[in-house]
Amino acid sequence: MTILLLLSFLSAIWVPYMPKILNKYKGSVLASLPLSVFILTLARGTGLTGMTSTSTTYEWIPQLGLNITWTFDGLSYLFLLLVSGIGTLILIYANEYMKHYPDKDRFYTFIMLFMASMMGLVLSGNLLVLFLFWELTSFTSFFLISFKHEYEKARQAALQSLLITVMGGLALFGGIILIGQMAGSFEIADLMEKSGEIKSHRLYVPALILVLAGVVTKSAQFPFHFWLPGAMQAPTPVSAYLHSATMVKAGIFLLARLNPVLGGTPQWMILVSLIGGLTMFIGAYLSLTQTDLKAILAYTTVSSLGTMVLLFGIDTQASIEAAVLFIIIHAFYKASLFMIAGMIDHKTGTRDVTLLGELWKPMPKTFIFASLALLSMAGLPPMLGFIGKELIYEAKIQVPDIAIILMILGVGSNIFMVWVSTMLGYRTFIEKAGGMPKPPNENGWRMLLGPFVLVLLSLFFGLYPASISGFVEPAISTILREPATVYLSLWHGFNQVLLLSILTVATGFSLFLLRKKIIPVLKKINSALFSIRFADVFNKLIIGFVSLSKKKTAVIQHGYHRFYLMTIFVAATVLIWFQIYYTRGWNVDVEYTRQPYYVIALVIIMMGASLITAIAKSRLTAIISMGVVGLGIALLYLIYSAVDLAITQILAETLTLVLFVLVLQKLPRFARLSSRKSRIRDAIIAVAAGSFMTILVLKSFHVNYNHPISDFYVRNSLPGGFGENVVNVILVDFRALDTLGEITVLSIAAFGVYSLVKLNKLKK
Amino acid sequence: MKTIILQMALPYIRFILIFFSVITLFRGHNFPGGGFIGGLMASGAFIFQALAWDVNSSRKTLRTQPSVLIGSGLMMALLSAIPGILTGKPFLTGTWVKIPLFADHTLKLGTPLLFDIGVYFTVAGVVLMFIYTLMEEWQWK
Repeated sequence: MTILLLLSFLSAIWVPYMPKILNKYKGSVLASLPLSVFILTLARGTGLTGMTSTSTTYEWIPQLGLNITWTFDGLSYLFLLLVSGIGTLILIYANEYMKHYPDKDRFYTFIMLFMASMMGLVLSGNLLVLFLFWELTSFTSFFLISFKHEYEKARQAALQSLLITVMGGLALFGGIILIGQMAGSFEIADLMEKSGEIKSHRLYVPALILVLAGVVTKSAQFPFHFWLPGAMQAPTPVSAYLHSATMVKAGIFLLARLNPVLGGTPQWMILVSLIGGLTMFIGAYLSLTQTDLKAILAYTTVSSLGTMVLLFGIDTQASIEAAVLFIIIHAFYKASLFMIAGMIDHKTGTRDVTLLGELWKPMPKTFIFASLALLSMAGLPPMLGFIGKELIYEAKIQVPDIAIILMILGVGSNIFMVWVSTMLGYRTFIEKAGGMPKPPNENGWRMLLGPFVLVLLSLFFGLYPASISGFVEPAISTILREPATVYLSLWHGFNQVLLLSILTVATGFSLFLLRKKIIPVLKKINSALFSIRFADVFNKLIIGFVSLSKKKTAVIQHGYHRFYLMTIFVAATVLIWFQIYYTRGWNVDVEYTRQPYYVIALVIIMMGASLITAIAKSRLTAIISMGVVGLGIALLYLIYSAVDLAITQILAETLTLVLFVLVLQKLPRFARLSSRKSRIRDAIIAVAAGSFMTILVLKSFHVNYNHPISDFYVRNSLPGGFGENVVNVILVDFRALDTLGEITVLSIAAFGVYSLVKLNKLKK
Repeated sequence: MKTIILQMALPYIRFILIFFSVITLFRGHNFPGGGFIGGLMASGAFIFQALAWDVNSSRKTLRTQPSVLIGSGLMMALLSAIPGILTGKPFLTGTWVKIPLFADHTLKLGTPLLFDIGVYFTVAGVVLMFIYTLMEEWQWK
């Protein structure tokens, strides 16, 4: 598994360096990779019963609980199949679809990267690693949405999706850390053991909310649903793959993964099912008034994701069964519908349903596949979607408290689904055309392969539902943590659920017939109801945030060097004062030892020199007296046998002098610019800072609670570091990492000066 | 500030500064000195030339860009960390090789020496970058 994952990442890097002969077939060549993953997964998965789970752990940073753990169980099996299987089809499809795009390489690189991260995500058995891949999918998604970066809209949509998903990612990270704090481990297997402990912990609710924030943003739940329709700016293979079948399911995956850890509590039920229910309804409702094919599909995706979240929220055996099944169903029909939308766009030059029409004549095969997929979306027999919908209804009926609300939302959104599916099929394929930019013709096999396979699977599983239980059961039992058997059949007998289905379809269909009257009304309602558009609100928020930061920067980073210095000194003084006052008190009792006369003389000279610096009338005097102070310090170092420091001090002093000489000519005339008042203020600050520093030094004799570390260095310098000069051994051996940091900072400073001086000039 | 005395004395001063900077660097482990001080001294040699003649002549004598010095210095410091990692010790742990010389003298070579040489180059490069940049900016004559 590790090898395949690595291969996937490597293949992304390999894309631009592929031999030229393969240029036309890059997508198909790359498709072999997910295909082999798919086959291997299938092979490994056969005989996988619910409770088996194999993990391989590689230690990475064990101190942080960060291990690379690959877990292969029912859930990762199912998702891995979806990711690799649909990935294969999408790559083959993309090979054709992206034929005439420039920068194909960039597309393939990112989609391979995405695929690899998604596989990593579903295989991770450690929450931290899972988070790593989670973020990777966000980033690759950003690059894929902004693929047509020449367009303002694409860039905006990409940035929006990135900001939202990464914001959620940050929250998720917080949640993960909280969970880790509660359980003392990030391994999901350990977390499951400690599930009870976590749920009764007082940090459970904050952690749950943070994790849900991650899920909600990633899986485009209300009120963050708006980034998903925006993300339709991406090329269609991306929309089909990332924004319907896989990436947005990462949130769902996380819900499923953490269900055994966090689920089952009232908080979980209420929060998750409420968010899901609302999203389900709103998404379906909003899809009605769209005219762009991809936008319609995007909103129905939002709705479907809401359904899945809702089902995980209900958290009964039936609902989990329904959820897992629905994940498959949705991946099948939505990916194929997206691919078909892409084909139609490709052939006719438009995605606007008001312009499209009568496509069944030129594209009979596409029409058949599309209508089968739409049947599945509407939840009609004989497709798999029907079974899914029945299960969902069944799950909803079983909820004790909020069944009625859920039923209304559920039936309502399903009615909308039926309605929108019929409308979509009718308007694109049957209705009279409104004038298409290009005359359509049938699609080639490479493009049709994806929808064909997926629709066929959907039909096959619909007719022989028993055959799918091998894929669904392990996942369900992984989530439920007990062996589960699923009995699926197309015909459930005449019961409440079937009645609801019939009602749904009938209402949906009649609404479709009445659409000419209803849709305009809906549009009016929408424009009144949604005068505040979430996307705009979000954009404004971001813009406001940026301008706030600008203002804040202007206040804090005002650019006056003297005030920076003043801030530093005042803040340091106040802090020292506070600390001393509250912890130690003022009394300083230090045994004063008499120092040799030359030390006293030196100190007096230095004090005099610094006074002269402060009141000097010419710049040269100031510089020279500063030099006296510096060299005096060097002498003090020498007297107290810190030779290395003394040498460094002398050299630094010399360099400073050279720099001053360089600057001297260029500076304005030395003038007294500051007023009397500000000079007095400066003097007060200087005296205060100086005296507090003195007190601090005096005090510091007493604060050595621990044994000084210097003894260790002195003792170990020769045996451990083979050097007699302790200072140097500390610098290059004991604390070499510090030195490395220091020289790195120095280098950065040097490049900073260089770029400030030189680049500024270039601009002019 | 071009005086003929400085210009004539330059080759000797430069030699002395660089020579002693290298000595300072290598004696650093047992006596006062080391990469930081050595680097400062070495940069002094080139600053002196820049003051006596001009930046261009100093650059010519240096033969390379200060940024190259910085980069290679940092690289050396980082390279010195590798043997420690390979032997499974914490990052930057010193590794020593003892080469027996005549009589009972042994030459001890270790990664800290490489590290110190890295510091030497980095410091020299950083100082020179400061000085050159500023001198060129102000067209120091």
